Amino acid sequence: MQVTVFVPAALRQYAAGERKVRVEVDGDGPPTVGHVFSCLHRTAPGVVERALDECGDVRPHVNVFVDGELVRVGLRLGLDTPVAEGAEVWILPAVSGG
Amino acid sequence: MSRDRLILVGTTKGLFAIDGANNIKGPFLEGTSIPSVAYDPRRKRILAGASSFFFGTSVRRSDDLGKTWVEAETPNIKFPEGTDTKIAQIWQIAPAGPDQPDVLYAGVEPAALFKSTDGGESWELVQGLWDHPHRPTWQPGGGGLGLHTILFDPRGPKKRMLIAISTGGVYLTEDGGTTWRASNTGVRAEYNPEDQRYPEYGQCVHKVARDSANPDRLFLQNHFGLYRSDDGGGSWIDIANGVPSDFGFPVVAHPNKGDTAFIIPLIADVKRWTADAACRVYRTTNAGASWEPMTCGLPQQDAYVTVLRDAFCTDGADPAGFYFGTRGGEVYASFDDGQNWHTVAEHLPPVLSVKATSL
Repeated sequence: MQVTVFVPAALRQYAAGERKVRVEVDGDGPPTVGHVFSCLHRTAPGVVERALDECGDVRPHVNVFVDGELVRVGLRLGLDTPVAEGAEVWILPAVSGG
Repeated sequence: MSRDRLILVGTTKGLFAIDGANNIKGPFLEGTSIPSVAYDPRRKRILAGASSFFFGTSVRRSDDLGKTWVEAETPNIKFPEGTDTKIAQIWQIAPAGPDQPDVLYAGVEPAALFKSTDGGESWELVQGLWDHPHRPTWQPGGGGLGLHTILFDPRGPKKRMLIAISTGGVYLTEDGGTTWRASNTGVRAEYNPEDQRYPEYGQCVHKVARDSANPDRLFLQNHFGLYRSDDGGGSWIDIANGVPSDFGFPVVAHPNKGDTAFIIPLIADVKRWTADAACRVYRTTNAGASWEPMTCGLPQQDAYVTVLRDAFCTDGADPAGFYFGTRGGEVYASFDDGQNWHTVAEHLPPVLSVKATSL
């Protein structure tokens, strides 16, 4: 199945300059945000390794939305959040900045 | 002031380059925090330990004095799988000597040492230090658990190195990083119980500098305590003679004159500003037997100044230039061994690191 990942401006240099990247999601089990990142890593590792840290966690000041919902609040499951065919996954810098 | 100098100023919001005519270029790597910067004269390369508030940390490099920068496709310095550890920031980048032209070391937080053998393009964890049995018990200081000092021994730089960690203390290797031993005899740990104030390790060492004439002589600014070693770090003696405080962050050795070093004392850990609200650099010319204040050109009234451990340096030239930057965004320079200081920049973001070179 395919989903669309929206890349923030600061990371587009690692996605061939693209704002939207189509990702073919495969792997075992029901597709999740984690699967999306794993598959995106094949073509845009620079995006993935800046959104996630070296332990595979979403960085503290990065937000990931799936179809408009922030994945790490409320009942969402972080990288285990399910994604459906045609989902829109947004990677965004959080409201912060030091 | 000569025009053939380059002062690199790492701030909380990017890197600035100041030339010998005080022209300020930058900010480069805009928006990133630059706690560490280095100029590698072997490749004429600037290396910056840049941390994005959002997207992590990497060593970025420029081979044209900052005009253009290269950042690796994926972060080029990170803990390997299996360590379950995340890099917080890069505290130090140190080019090795001319006998190892492609080698650099980096000290990071949490405390670990990385080595590059390709001029800083890729980095690998120095496993020997990571595996040291003391490491799990090192404690973070106020700024984090950082490995901030890397000194090569000019008599054997491939094998003999000194590192310092806040809070872990001084460690030495004589086999190129495979094995390490703590070397803190005589250094106080003020924050320990009274009967445990001189432990084998765990001291909050803030900076160490090597004397230019005697490689066995080292100066150490501790979190309370000012010390000298005459045996390569084997033991340390107190040299806080006539300073307003033995607390501070940087210590810089004169690059051409033995027994000569500089510090900038602050009152205390919770009062991180210059004593008497006067900005004074203290200099010793007798290996710490006495210290004298250098004040000319520095603010002497209502000056609550903080200078961090890597924000004071020398360019290593002859005659030498000395440079420091403040948390208030000023940068000062001296070209007469600290007697007179000149303002070379004001109103920058808070300064974290300063490195300088003659070009």
